[in-house]
Amino acid sequence: MAFHKINVTINDELEQVVVPSNMTLMAMLRESLAMTGTKNGCSAGECGACTVLLNGEPVNSCMVLAVECDGANIVTVEGLAEEKQLSPIQQAIIHEGGVQCGFCTPGILISSHALLKRNPNPSENEIREALVGNLCRCTGYVRIIESVKEAAKIQSAAT
Amino acid sequence: MARIDTQNVPSPIGENAPRIDAREKVTGAAIFADDIQFGNSLLHARIKRSPHPHAFIKKIDVTKARALPGVKAVVTGQDFPGYIGLYLKDRHIFCRDHVRYVGDPVVGVAAVSEEIAEKALDLIEVEYEVLEPVLDPEFGANPKAPVLHPDLGQYSVANFIFPQPGTNISNHFKIRKGDVDSVWGKCAAIVERKYRIPHIQHVPIEPHIAIAKADESGEITLWGSSQSPFAQRNLIAQALGISQSKMRVIAPFVGGGFGCKAGVSMEALAVAIATKVKGHPVKLLLTREEEFFTAFVRQGLVSYIKMGCDEKGQLLAMENTFYWDGGAYTEYGVNITRASGYSSSGPYEVPNVKTDSYCIYTNHPVGGAMRGFGMPEIHAGLEQCIDELALQIGMDAVEFRKLNCLKTGSTLVTGSKMHATGLSTCIEKTAEAIGWGKKSPASGPNKRRGKGLALMWKAPAMPPNAGSSAWVELAEDGTVNVGVGGQEIGQGVFTVAAQMAAGALGVPYESVRIATPVDTRYSPYEWQTVASRLTWSMGNAVVNAAKDAKRQILDTVAEAWEESPEDLDIVNGMVISYKSEKEMPLKNLVIYGLPKPGGQGWVGGPVVGRGNFMPTYVTGLDAETGQGERAVVHYTTGAQAVELEVDLDTGRIEILKGVSTFDVGKAINPELVKAQMEGGFVQGMSSALFESLQLKDGVVKNPSFVDYRIATSADTPRDLEAYIVEVAQDDGPWGARGIGEHSMVPTIPAIANAIYDAVGIRFDGPPFTAEKVYLAMLDAGIVK
Repeated sequence: MAFHKINVTINDELEQVVVPSNMTLMAMLRESLAMTGTKNGCSAGECGACTVLLNGEPVNSCMVLAVECDGANIVTVEGLAEEKQLSPIQQAIIHEGGVQCGFCTPGILISSHALLKRNPNPSENEIREALVGNLCRCTGYVRIIESVKEAAKIQSAAT
Repeated sequence: MARIDTQNVPSPIGENAPRIDAREKVTGAAIFADDIQFGNSLLHARIKRSPHPHAFIKKIDVTKARALPGVKAVVTGQDFPGYIGLYLKDRHIFCRDHVRYVGDPVVGVAAVSEEIAEKALDLIEVEYEVLEPVLDPEFGANPKAPVLHPDLGQYSVANFIFPQPGTNISNHFKIRKGDVDSVWGKCAAIVERKYRIPHIQHVPIEPHIAIAKADESGEITLWGSSQSPFAQRNLIAQALGISQSKMRVIAPFVGGGFGCKAGVSMEALAVAIATKVKGHPVKLLLTREEEFFTAFVRQGLVSYIKMGCDEKGQLLAMENTFYWDGGAYTEYGVNITRASGYSSSGPYEVPNVKTDSYCIYTNHPVGGAMRGFGMPEIHAGLEQCIDELALQIGMDAVEFRKLNCLKTGSTLVTGSKMHATGLSTCIEKTAEAIGWGKKSPASGPNKRRGKGLALMWKAPAMPPNAGSSAWVELAEDGTVNVGVGGQEIGQGVFTVAAQMAAGALGVPYESVRIATPVDTRYSPYEWQTVASRLTWSMGNAVVNAAKDAKRQILDTVAEAWEESPEDLDIVNGMVISYKSEKEMPLKNLVIYGLPKPGGQGWVGGPVVGRGNFMPTYVTGLDAETGQGERAVVHYTTGAQAVELEVDLDTGRIEILKGVSTFDVGKAINPELVKAQMEGGFVQGMSSALFESLQLKDGVVKNPSFVDYRIATSADTPRDLEAYIVEVAQDDGPWGARGIGEHSMVPTIPAIANAIYDAVGIRFDGPPFTAEKVYLAMLDAGIVK
């Protein structure tokens, strides 16, 4: 097994990590860096619990090889809050009651955050579409969808 | 027992306190079992499993696996002779000579990496003698079927479960109430149907995980995603033949349970392997494929339902036979069989009932508890038959239900009396919210629109003496630390426990913490986080503990102030005297006490309140008739309705609107209650429209999220309404009873009744997939 030294920016911090060729981005985050906010629900790119931003785009980190991330910019759930100030989607999902067991929550937050960045005022259909790859078994999605609408309002009020 | 006082409800009871666990869950700080760091001594376990549904093990050769560098332990059933099981001890941790389902654990391996452990599995040779399998519960009940557990008569069993040795029947529960046979002739309408409810999976987004470590002194620690840390301590210790005090279970947040992380599922495998590699933590994390193959399932059901009413629509008789596909072993199946028996009338008063509920061993995955515990499965048929009976007799389906449904004081199927219930109000609110009786136009010429409604009831299904306990202590700053043994599985119980402690003690919600994670070494005992029993049972224990702490505090202050405790109270974290109008913050006294009057010596000391709760009034039921004084602690009741559209071009069903109304006794946190109703509705909808574990010759054919589809954000109804009815439970904290499971019980029949309303078609069971609906419409000549 070959090993690679990669430089990757994670939540604004530059990290140097040695990764084997077959290590996924998810495994690098969870195992090499002990950043366990990113969750492992299926290791098959089907549930969305491991969603992170890779150069601004939401990806299933279980489907990306760590070695591909050399020079990349990664944002995980741990990086959403700035200086202890929760991001609009984090505030909204608490306020709207969109969290239950919390296992899908990191992926939901990252997908929603990415949606709100590219589309500050998404429609109900656009929200549903953006979250279709993030499975949740507890909430029935209703309050999650409301959270994204609420976050859009918080975001527009702040700018 | 907590007395109900609905007049004087302290803050924050009944208020929408924000979830106590929300901030850590949205920042990635919340710790789940797989997030715990164990360092380099961690070993990874993998399991060699049976590829056959039914076979004898002839020979196991592990020599090559043991020789593989990096492999630290290889264990088989020969190492662990003990039996394990919640109500019926019918399985070994690893199979010894007999495998009974595809996925049955045969050999366990621990290695320094998952890759090496996987490689070791390939090097293990197992020789089987393949046997005829039992793949259908009705066939399994037949004397011609091969007997899967020849030792059934020797297994230890709870005294309310009735296995029949020499057969595949692991429990037979009977109701004999009145005389059905003499009544059928008097019925003006009779409906008789057969339904098949498929196996489904719970599908928590967090897979099952257990990490176990045994040390040199024989102490075992298990970290796991668990709804039942105390039951696991007890059952695993018994299976290994060790004392319960040697077994410690630490249970952080659970990433979804729905029943599949209750009892002992895969945890004993990790523990057993760990006993052979002392000092090393051993992690077993199921893959998603293994989840689908080997985690507990919601067991399948074949039900025969017959019911009749007189010309006025009064129900006269029901005769129901349930064949539960309990699977290879019966962790919970035997008690689901019992619960479905004593609830077999549905939420109706029926004078004559005959029920036979059988749990049948098959060569299918093990039946576990799943949200609803048999109730969604039996209501799926019952509530369709009610609609059909109403139609036959020419009554509106809602009026028929209002006439026959349980009211306060009604005689139940077990002969006992119904406690105070708001079921009639639930029906009225639900019918009103869905616009019952009003037909709205379809959204297009190729669409058909329909409405359907269904009722439910469900009791916590548990041993009669399942108990809870709690403690309450205070820190120097006056904050309150509440110890509980119940688990936060998403339902919000830590929030509700904190609200109850705050309300009963007299402190602000924000100053209450829950002592987590649950750890059987430090946390107070809790039977299990199942049966929607925590708000009620653990809630009572928390209230009692808070009251105990309050009494200690007021006694101390009374002595120091030379006043009577009756004149004192705690309000918003301050001890106040209504007599002298003195006041003092709790933080000044809860650790160090107070000086005695005159300054000579001290009174009080660190405050620790303790409380417990156990129902004491549940009686047994007669084994032959299922009749008894009080079978269960209480029933939560409710109603759901849907409006949907069927697409004639595709058969696809869209749920336009869902309405849920449940009588929760008292909503301690109304928004959390509504969140349970919404989440349960969508899970029920998912089971109605999409879900079926496809078992072919005992093999799961759809073990992935691609092939086993669950509801996504695109499927959730755009209009989902939830209403709370509050008719107090006499022994619930402020009148509360459970709501977690109930919200997915009536969903399948509500949808089925709406499909019938839309296109006039009924099915023998879910899921009502687009393909199935389209083909049925083709058969019926609705589409060409």
